[in-house]
Amino acid sequence: MINMNRELPGLSMKNPVMPASGCFGFGQEYARFYDLNKLGAITVKAVTAEERAGNPVPRVAETESGMLNAIGLQNPGLEHVLQHELPWLEQYDIPVIVNVAGNTMEDYIYVSETVSRVKNVSALELNISCPNVKVGGIQFGSDPAIAAELTKKVKAVSQVPVYVKLSPNVTDIVEMAKAVEEAGADGLSMINTLLGMKIDINTGKPVIANRTGGLSGPAIKPVAVRMIYQVSQAVDIPIIGMGGIHTADDILEFLMAGASAVAIGTANFVNPFACPELISSLETRMAELGIDDVESIVGRSWKTCSSVSLSSR
Amino acid sequence: MIVEQLRITGQEEIAPRIYRMTLKGDSVQTMTEPGQFVHVKVSDGIDPLLRRPISICDVSQDKQELTIIYRAEGRGTRLLAAKKTDDTLDVLGPLGQGFPLDSLQKGSTALLVGGGVGIPPLYYLAKKLVKRGVNVRTILGFRQSEDIFLEKEFRELGDIVVTTEDGSKGVHGFVTDAMNQADKSYDSFFTCGPVPMLRAVKAAAASDGFISLEERMGCGVGACLACVCEASDASSQEGKKYRKICSDGPVFRAGEVVI
Repeated sequence: MINMNRELPGLSMKNPVMPASGCFGFGQEYARFYDLNKLGAITVKAVTAEERAGNPVPRVAETESGMLNAIGLQNPGLEHVLQHELPWLEQYDIPVIVNVAGNTMEDYIYVSETVSRVKNVSALELNISCPNVKVGGIQFGSDPAIAAELTKKVKAVSQVPVYVKLSPNVTDIVEMAKAVEEAGADGLSMINTLLGMKIDINTGKPVIANRTGGLSGPAIKPVAVRMIYQVSQAVDIPIIGMGGIHTADDILEFLMAGASAVAIGTANFVNPFACPELISSLETRMAELGIDDVESIVGRSWKTCSSVSLSSR
Repeated sequence: MIVEQLRITGQEEIAPRIYRMTLKGDSVQTMTEPGQFVHVKVSDGIDPLLRRPISICDVSQDKQELTIIYRAEGRGTRLLAAKKTDDTLDVLGPLGQGFPLDSLQKGSTALLVGGGVGIPPLYYLAKKLVKRGVNVRTILGFRQSEDIFLEKEFRELGDIVVTTEDGSKGVHGFVTDAMNQADKSYDSFFTCGPVPMLRAVKAAAASDGFISLEERMGCGVGACLACVCEASDASSQEGKKYRKICSDGPVFRAGEVVI
């Protein structure tokens, strides 16, 4: 019997797989394809205090084994999410993580406090890493002192555990991780997208209306693995790993790098059944490799042999 | 709404870089609404990564066969053009909201206006309208005579005018030139093509009608918000200020969205 269960702060998960914020709406679109109860958890799209219209189109561009996006945090706003999206998710028995974004610290604090009081919200994910908005987002995610201050303030008002979503667009992600851990973060999620650009050589202009966008998909996977490997050795809080996961073997790689659970983003666009298919193929791959517990391989890439519970077939 | 490996039953180049592909499979029986699209994976691996939205051109329920017509323009569609009969294709769909048929009664007249690769979805629409007893008039716009496709097929369904920008065949000019010259007594219009054409058609039209939009898409199912457009002030859908082209559209009532 393979143990897929995961226990993370606020998240009691039957498997380590959840959709990543921004790639799954509020769940309704994918609920038409499969029962969301199959998921380990669900992370909903970023919520801001006010409704956001997002950026002009084109908002996406395909790149080599990846894609750029600059949606611009389009969302219906806190009130609508409280009245419609979160109540709709009550029918599911899975942890709900709400991604929170804002222009100012006050925005983050207000949205975080309000959302954390909703009964089916299990945890918050602080979005301090969106590369596609002019104010807020990455502003809070590129300076460790500011990130720590925000984390501390949100922790002071939140009724549920707080995960901080880190940006890869920094010089030293370990320093960022340590700063938010010290400020009280219960966990990390990483990585957000890498800032990129694509130029149409026929027009000579960037393809995306916002000019730059966030790169996601298999193209960024090695960067995510490296960063999780580094950060997981420097902090004691769990990491939800993400960045280009497409196969069960990718999930194993992220776990071995040091992630305690994983999130699936772009793969949902390629295959709407990506999450449930990955959950079942992960179990198959673990059986083939003689791994009987997800926990046993977390951080295997850097843990000494004696601290890793190696199972024999 | 399912993902299925459809079997390719035929593929041919019907005009320069314009390909017609036929595909067979169970999911074809759900493709009953003209104006919807399928989201196609052109490679087995992760490159190219994303699906390609391609409109449904025709469906034969007898043969369980879907027809798509597309232009081999970028890397993805060139890979699609290289596929052979009996290859399989990963197809998600049908997706989106198509052209509403119930606005037109038997004996009424519909004007269909298509430009370039915006023409294919109008063909399945024309067939459905004719089946309802609606008179179909069609205006198809091309750059030049060698680009023309589907002319014969539309002619079997009703009156048709072809326009070419260089005047090498039919009316010299744009589809709107033909609209202005022709009989304006129609009950509704349906149009698909490049956005400047849609704008001009809407302005030249003598009735209400429907437009079909295209945009770069991510998921194709309404989750990622890549392909949104602005809703016009007058329209209301729970007060939303935008529409998702993939799932609220691609067909919209003319005037519902800002183009």
